[in-house]
Amino acid sequence: MMTLFGDPNIWLPWSFGALLGVSILIYVVLDGFDLGVGVLFPFANGAEKDTMVASIGPFWDANETWLVLAVGILLVAFPVAHGIILTSLYLPVAVLLIGLIMRGVAFEFRAKAPAPWKNTWNGVFYAGSLLSSLAQGFMLGMYIMGLTWTWGNVGFALLTAVFLTVGYSFIGATWLILKTEGALQKKAVDWAKGGIWGLILGIGAISVASPLVSPRIFEKWFSFPSMLYLAPLPILSGLLVAYLWWKLSTLPREDDSYAWSPFVAAMALFILAFLGLAYSFYPYVVPEQMTIYEAAAAPEALIIILVGACFVVPTILAYTALAYWVFRGKATALSYE
Amino acid sequence: METLLLSRIQFAANISFHILFPTITIALGWVLLFFKLRFNATGDAKWMDAYRFWVKIFALSFGMGVVSGITMSFQFGTNWPGFMEAVGNVAGPLLAYEVMTAFFLEAVFLGIMLFGFSRVPNWLHTTATVLVAFGTTMSTFWIIVLNSWMHTPAGFEIRDGVVFATDWFDVIFNPSMPYRLTHMLLASGLTVAFLIAGISAFRRLIGDSSDGVKAGMKTGLWMAALLIPIQIFAGDMHGLNTLEHQPAKVAAMEGNWETGPNKPLYLFAIPNEEERRNDYAIKIPNMASIILTHKADGVVPGLNDFVAEDGTVMHPPVSKVFWSFRIMVGTGLAMLLVSWGTLAWIARRDPETGDRFRLKRLPKFWLWGLVAMTFSGWLATLAGWYTTEIGRQPWLVQGVLTTEAAVADVAAPMVLTTLIAYLVVYALLLTAYIAVIFYLARKAAKGENINNPIPQSGEATTGLGRGASGAAVPAE
Ligand code: HDD
Ligand code: HEM
Ligand code: HEM
Repeated sequence: MMTLFGDPNIWLPWSFGALLGVSILIYVVLDGFDLGVGVLFPFANGAEKDTMVASIGPFWDANETWLVLAVGILLVAFPVAHGIILTSLYLPVAVLLIGLIMRGVAFEFRAKAPAPWKNTWNGVFYAGSLLSSLAQGFMLGMYIMGLTWTWGNVGFALLTAVFLTVGYSFIGATWLILKTEGALQKKAVDWAKGGIWGLILGIGAISVASPLVSPRIFEKWFSFPSMLYLAPLPILSGLLVAYLWWKLSTLPREDDSYAWSPFVAAMALFILAFLGLAYSFYPYVVPEQMTIYEAAAAPEALIIILVGACFVVPTILAYTALAYWVFRGKATALSYE
Repeated sequence: METLLLSRIQFAANISFHILFPTITIALGWVLLFFKLRFNATGDAKWMDAYRFWVKIFALSFGMGVVSGITMSFQFGTNWPGFMEAVGNVAGPLLAYEVMTAFFLEAVFLGIMLFGFSRVPNWLHTTATVLVAFGTTMSTFWIIVLNSWMHTPAGFEIRDGVVFATDWFDVIFNPSMPYRLTHMLLASGLTVAFLIAGISAFRRLIGDSSDGVKAGMKTGLWMAALLIPIQIFAGDMHGLNTLEHQPAKVAAMEGNWETGPNKPLYLFAIPNEEERRNDYAIKIPNMASIILTHKADGVVPGLNDFVAEDGTVMHPPVSKVFWSFRIMVGTGLAMLLVSWGTLAWIARRDPETGDRFRLKRLPKFWLWGLVAMTFSGWLATLAGWYTTEIGRQPWLVQGVLTTEAAVADVAAPMVLTTLIAYLVVYALLLTAYIAVIFYLARKAAKGENINNPIPQSGEATTGLGRGASGAAVPAE
């Protein structure tokens, strides 16, 4: 059965590379918006903060689980690469984890601790969201620069840290446009207008930097005819940005129509950016050092996981959809009853 | 300090912090289901009261479990890359199945279980509760399979220093798995039983005599009384299994240096690794032989068998294992005494009226005793894990991979920095967690409406108030 699709040493690593990519993408979009909502916290007043948390309360845990899956796939399918990447990103990973701990527990504590403490936990929630976003952006930057710690690379990574954080707050704001109403929704439109530049600069910086760092990536993008095939990526992204710019200036509307559109466009932008990155780095899992084919675990182990994944991942997607459907509509105060 | 030692301390700190919360959520999920089903069946509001109070503790514990668990899943890569390189072909699929079959299930249905009450039909809410409880149990299953395999590896072969699975059935049903899984699930049940009994006793003490509190207290006490004898029996079987597969660990638990018959049980001793003997020993003659072999002259393995010709010690550090084992068993015996003692006491009949004593006549000091036992499950669980894990040293995977061979080569100061950061965060969070549990108990006892009218995440605003038994008025 293993040779059904040709050489298992080729298609198994490829499938896991794809699975890894998909989980990272889902993670970045989903946790991206809920981290972003946290990053926007200081701009909201007390009651708005409650609504903001209510809009992500039922989802954040499941969103974060995609990170666990992504790390899990990296761990089990490309164990050696997992070791190299995580040990060279040791400190930012620790910052990410502590950030995630802070915001994760703040969800509960801010609602359950005695009232005078609520502000403190709001602060913890904000700080945790900010730290996690920054750490992720930093890791992305270091990864693009080939995981070597030089001052230049760290400088670049600090930039991507800021851009990704602003990008997250942008998609967070579009989520709030979808899930809230009234004054908060108006504010969210402004936040989205203010945040879109983070995404643009981020995508721009990465698009400029990655070909400069690696001649291989340069070759992949700027040679004929691949330039032609790839042209839709930047063009579509440009169109989406223009669309968002225009749409945001018309929102919110009386009848709340099109409240969903910025979020959908933002998702599309994230997906395009991600496809670009994936194209640049394939087939490497550790940039310029190790390909997915070199790093893959034994086919015997991979096949066991893949068979399970074929059944389980669609199920997961189905019940995730169920959860989003149950909590559809405008966010209302969360209640255990 | 070098990287190995620091990494070990960091791993131990992280997993010890993590396990506190699964220990609660695994069993509490099922207890919540029990409360819910009782309510569905009887319509008695006290069950809903109990559900409403404990679902908060559940949500809080779950949040703590999730975030500390995410830390765990990064630890393998950041600190123990050698682990996955050597045994990844076995550990990988097991971890992957845990994520796929357990974590998503819990995480997604938790949202519906916690906040979906008024949004989905009752049956779907009950189903979500079942799936969350089932998910935590599945997650226990997979991680315990992996952990047991590290203690008693089976179903694999080694090619060029890398482990390959040859028989997944043997990997999963490795020799110690059934014992460890049973023992851990029971440990979770006991932890929750004493948590519920303790917090309910606390609410009684500050004047809350609502039916919800009584229902909780009774559930906790009965659970404890039923589970503890089974746990002691399961622990004994577990020990016999370990004797067969990891004799060095049992030798350390018993503090036994020389292999031989008629070995005593040490109630107290200070194992002295320099001189290789026990100081200040208080012992019961022949008892270790009787427990482990069921014969007074049964042969018990000794630590000296695990020292190589050249003097390399291949057995675990003795006093840590010896003492953690005693703490666990001691706590277990205290649990037995307290749960059976309390049930016997409330079953007594008043010589004058002929009525049973019941919970309401439990004296104050007794209630305080229950409060003192609130976190006894944590103590026993941690002590048990320390016995198991330290008892495996110097091996990471028994007989296959040593801990030393798996450590990452990260600079020691870096590990020290993150270790300190984690410890500070954990200390603060643990304090906040315990403080909030008692705060919620006080709030509930004061009859303050749990349905806070101010919209707050995780708090109620909708109609269904605390129900008929409602704002529990202190009756005494
Ligand atoms: C005996 C049970 C047990 C043990 C020994 C462990 N865990 Fe755990 N873990 C659980 C039982 C559990 C749980 C009951 O399933 C949790 C606790 C609360 C929760 O959300 O799920 C959980 C949560 C949890 C999560 C978050 C899941 C989510 O997003 O919902 C991760 C990533 C891990 N764990 C990973 C680990 C790793 C890598 C461990 C060992 C090295 C480990 N756990 C030991
Ligand atoms: C949940 C309860 C657990 C606790 C409290 C616990 C505790 C510990 C402790 C104290 C050590 C250090 C032993 C020493 O170095 O002397 C250790 C080691 C280790 N344990 Fe566990 N453990 C638990 C479960 C697990 C599980 C489920 C796994 C993996 C599936 C695991 C994997 C490891 C590894 C990889 C080490 C090596 C690092 C080391 O030796 O310090 N542990 N554990
Ligand atoms: C009182 C009688 C008890 C006995 C005889 C007993 C026996 C044991 C033994 C022999 C081990 C080590 C297993 C190994 O070789 O790795 C162990 C581990 C453990 N014990 Fe106990 N135990 C008792 C009570 C308890 C109680 C009351 C709890 C918690 C509420 C508990 C929780 C644990 C845990 C969590 C572990 C580590 C996981 C495992 O290996 O199963 N034990 N126990």
